[in-house]
This record gives sequence, C-alpha cells and structure tokens, in this order.
Amino acid sequence: MAIVYRRSKGLTDVETHYCPGCTHGIIHRLVAETLEELGVLGKTIGVAPVGCSVFAYDYFNCDMQEAAHGRAPAVATGIKRVLPDKVVFTYQGDGDLAAIGTGEITHAAMRGENITTIFVNNAIYGMTGGQMAPTTLVGQRATTAPLGRDKSHAGSPIRIAEMLATLDGAAYIERVTVTSPANVMKAKRAIKKAFELQLEGRGFTMIEVLSTCPTNWGLTPVKALEWLNENMIPVFPLGVYKDITKKEA
Amino acid sequence: MAKELWKGNEAIAEAAIRAGCRCYFGYPITPQSEIPEYMSLHMPKVGGVFLQSESEIAAINMVYGASGAGARVMTSSSSPGVSLKQEGISYMCGAELPGVIVNVMRGGPGLGTIQPAQGDYFQATRGGGNGDYRLIVFAPANIQEVVDLMQEAFELADQYRMPVMMLLDGMIGQMMEPIEWKKPPVSPDDLPEKPWATTGTKEGRAPNIINSLFIDPEACNVHNKRLEEKYRRVIESEQRYETNDTDGAEVIFVAYGTPARLARAAAGLLEKEGIKAGVFRPVTVWPYPYEALHEVSLQDSVKAIVTVEMSTGQMVDDVRIGVNGVKPVSFIGQAGGVIPTPREVANAALKALGR
Ligand SMILES: Cc1ncc(C[n+]2csc(CCOP(=O)(O)OP(=O)(O)O)c2C)c(N)n1
Ligand code: SF4
Ligand SMILES: [Mg+2]
Repeated sequence: MAIVYRRSKGLTDVETHYCPGCTHGIIHRLVAETLEELGVLGKTIGVAPVGCSVFAYDYFNCDMQEAAHGRAPAVATGIKRVLPDKVVFTYQGDGDLAAIGTGEITHAAMRGENITTIFVNNAIYGMTGGQMAPTTLVGQRATTAPLGRDKSHAGSPIRIAEMLATLDGAAYIERVTVTSPANVMKAKRAIKKAFELQLEGRGFTMIEVLSTCPTNWGLTPVKALEWLNENMIPVFPLGVYKDITKKEA
Repeated sequence: MAKELWKGNEAIAEAAIRAGCRCYFGYPITPQSEIPEYMSLHMPKVGGVFLQSESEIAAINMVYGASGAGARVMTSSSSPGVSLKQEGISYMCGAELPGVIVNVMRGGPGLGTIQPAQGDYFQATRGGGNGDYRLIVFAPANIQEVVDLMQEAFELADQYRMPVMMLLDGMIGQMMEPIEWKKPPVSPDDLPEKPWATTGTKEGRAPNIINSLFIDPEACNVHNKRLEEKYRRVIESEQRYETNDTDGAEVIFVAYGTPARLARAAAGLLEKEGIKAGVFRPVTVWPYPYEALHEVSLQDSVKAIVTVEMSTGQMVDDVRIGVNGVKPVSFIGQAGGVIPTPREVANAALKALGR
C-alpha cells in the first residue's frame, strides 16, 4: 500500500495541546513541511512566542528558542546575526506580535532582518482566555470587550501586513488563511516562498495567517471557519502586500 | 608592558573584545554611550557583530538569542535602560544563558540625572526582574580593575550559565586612568564548547531548546531548586573583596566603586587626626562577602562600621547582614549625582565614634 500522508519530519512525535478545530495545528504542519522540503531542518532555529503556540518549541523538529512575550523578532535577530547561514523563523500570535511586540517586529522588518515570521492572527488573545487583541474586529466580543469592541473606545483593528509592507527592509509580505484546502495550498506556497527568499538572503519576510480560535470565539470548528471567511477577510484582505522579486520582473 | 591612558567606558568595550566577545547589542544612553560607539567602530574590525537596537528591551532579547546560539555576547546601558532589561535578564536566568551586562549607573529614580550614582544596587543584587534568580555582580573601583575583571566576567557567565553584571558608577565610566593590559587576548576560537546551544541539529542530534517555561509546578520547583543549588556554588566560590588597612582599625569604611576611593581618602584624613581607619571593599556585591566583613568587624579594635554610598542607603543592608550586630553600623551617602566629599565621610566616622 502506498503511503499518501504521514507526519512531516519537521514535526516531533509529540501530541499538540491545541483545541479541536484550532488552525494553529495546520499552520505548524505547513511550516514543518516547508522546512522538510527545503532540506533545512538541520540548519533551522525557530523562535516560539508567548501565546497558545508557546509550546511550539516541543513541536518543531529543529533547534528552538522560547522568547519573552513579543520579543521573538529581537531573539531571532540575535540568533541570525550570530549564525547568518542558518534559517531563522519566528512563530507569533497577534497579541504577541501586534500589541506587546510591535516595536520588535517593526524594527526587525525595518532592518531587513533576514528572518521569516509566521504571524498567526486569530483576532483574540487565545491563551489567556479570549481578551481583546489589537486585531479584534469592531463589534467582536472579547472577555475585556464584553459588549464588543467599541471603535470610539478601543480603536479599530491594526493591519500589520499593510503596515510592514511600507518598510524598505521587507522583502515579502503576504496575508493568507487556512479555511479551505485551496487556501491551505496557497498558504503553503506563501510560506515556502518566504523561506526561499530568506535562503537567498533577500531580507525580512512575513506571512500573516488568518487563523481560528473556536474556543474563545464560542463557535464550533466549522462555524469558526465560516466566521473567519465572512468577517475577518473583509477587514484583513488576503493577498501579497510586498514582493521585491516583482520589481525585477 | 607600558601603561596606556583609557577612558572607563572605552576600556570596558576593548576589554570585552579582548575577552573574546564578538557580539554586542545596545541602545544609547548617557553616561555609557561610549561603549556602543566604541563597539560600532571596533567590532566590525574583528569580524564581530555590533547592532544598535530599537530599545534596551530589544537589546537584551538580542543578547538572549545570540547567547542561545552560542555567542560570547554583551550589552551595556545605564540605569533607566537597565530597568528595561530586567525582563530579559530574568528570562536569561530562567533559560540559563550566559552573557555580560554592563550598568554604568546614573542618578534616579525615573529619569533622574546623568551624573554618577549607585541607586541601582537593590536592582542588581536583589533581582529587578521576576522570579527567584541571581546575577554575579562585579563592582570595580578603578579602570584597571574594570579591564582585569572583564575576562573573568565572561568566563564565570559561561561556567555557571548565568548572566554577569558589571556594576559601575558613572564616574568609573567617564574618567580616564592609566591601565595595563595584563592578560593576553582570548581568541573566540578558543572558547569552551556549548553543546546546548541552538546552532542547528544538522539532523544528527535531538533539537536543543532554550526555554524558561516549566508549566508543571513540580517541574518548575525542581528547576528553581537546581538554580538555587547553582547559586549556592557561586556563593561558595566567587566572593571577591579587598581590604585596606583594616588590621587594628578603629573605624572601618565599607564601600564599593567610587565611594571606596573616597573612603580611602577619608581614612587618610583620619590618620592625620590620629584615628586608624580602614576600608573594606566588596568587589562582588553578589555574592556578597558577608563572612569576610564579619571577620574584620570582630576585631577588638573596631568601634564603628561606616557604610559609604552614592545612594540613600542600599548596600548598608548587606553590611548589617555581614556585621550581624557585633559592631554599630552607620551610613553616609549622597544621591542623585552628588558625591560625598572625603571630609564628609571622615566626619561621619568621627560622629560614629562619638567624637
Ligand atoms: C509580559 C507578559 N504579559 C502578558 C502575558 C500573558 N499572556 C500570555 S499569552 C498572551 C496573549 C497571547 O495572545 P496571542 O499572541 O494572540 O496568541 P494566541 O494565544 O491567540 O495564539 C498574554 C497576554 C505574558 N505571558 N507576559
Ligand atoms: S484557545 Fe484558541 S488559539 Fe488557543 S489552542 Fe484553543 S482554539 Fe487554538
Ligand atoms: Mg491571538
């Protein structure tokens, strides 16, 4: 019998702690497959964030560092400057990257730090129990916005991909999602492109992945995918926001 | 070897390079900016890494990453900037990462003043970040000592896998003194192996993980106990101090950094007035040389212990622990960038002696 599907070599044999239907798992798989396919698992150092993906250091089958909340891009900078020939990536949530860590991600992008960031935007603080994130949609309920995010009080969602795309140091920035097989394939292509550009030394690359949090959204896994498609994509449009390879074409 | 005239901040940067450090991250702040300035010029010449970060928070986290990747790495700052590094220092201790952090202290609290002070003693020795952790803290009193200690600072950091702090007051950073380069430079190729570092598995070993998270309480307790055991070994082996004329002294000044120099000048004034005074100077303020201070205090001749600081009284707590009630301990200090004069210090001793 032919094997049509197996665990990626990029993932360890550890069972993840993610909730049923949480798309963090799919995104892990895509990163792991990419590193395996590029043959770089043995020369990759990943940086895990503080958030639901904090245990990513146990799941990726490569050297890993666990960073303080929001500081992953600075930690990755330290690693990459010491080991410029290695592949370095950060995996960060929206609270981690778009709130407490906005300074670190912005300046890593500004410097054109030759790292890849996987930015998992689920419009909520998952790990701490569903508090409002800077990416929470206007009107979306959160445990610290019980009546829904009020624009006049808490502003409207921050669009990181668009923001970072304005920086010269950013080489490739794309926003994708994983709500359907087609979207998963697209996300995989984006992630792979980002790592390929890193291998070519082209500068900072970030793939923002719109992701679900069925638990804190209070939705079933399937409804969560629908909610994401219907509500998040209009606010966070999918697409390529920066691609330095395009200029050359 | 011939003596050379060096400014404290530049000397500490050069000493780091000579100690095999090839990696520096920092952010400008007076009175230590000559350190990043020196590094920006000289690190590239030796093939090292210099990067000006966007904040002290970023700098210490870059140190975390670089250290985890196996580099001999340092950062420097001054008081308000060192406050911002506390999170990263706590994480480094939790993840057991070596590294050297220089604090060229200025007056506080808050923005304070750019003039020399010693108000960060509690932060350095009690832990300004969260959790049960310790740093080895060297407090040199002259530039020769600064450069002599730098190599040891990196070596101890590697040996114990913990951060080491060089705690200087702004005076030491800003002044110039003749020094000698006594130790031969260390080549980065000759540094100890770090098999725990995240340098890539080459698919030949299990992944290395740099981490301070131990979510299970039992595991976190075991981790803390292991750190405690390490700190106990440091306390046993790494106390450093210096005494000057303490044998048979009537009064003993206890001071570190610049105030130790003032205390020696004050002792000279007292000598002329027929009072024998000595100086006990901790070189490590953590681990604190409690027993040595206690021994000195026990002498029959000693009538008073006078602590001198450029603060409103922080190290005096450690002096009281060391002296442990066997002799009266008093304090003289000025804060916020004002430096006590030798006369003031001598008068404090006279007062303590009831004269
Ligand atoms: C300095 C600091 N502040 C706050 C926290 C608590 N905290 C842990 S995870 C988290 C939010 C994570 O949300 P996000 O980055 O969106 O990740 P998700 O769990 O949604 O994947 C917060 C606030 C912390 N660990 N450290
Ligand atoms: S809380 Fe949300 S983000 Fe975290 S694992 Fe569960 S579903 Fe995923
Ligand atoms: Mg989130």
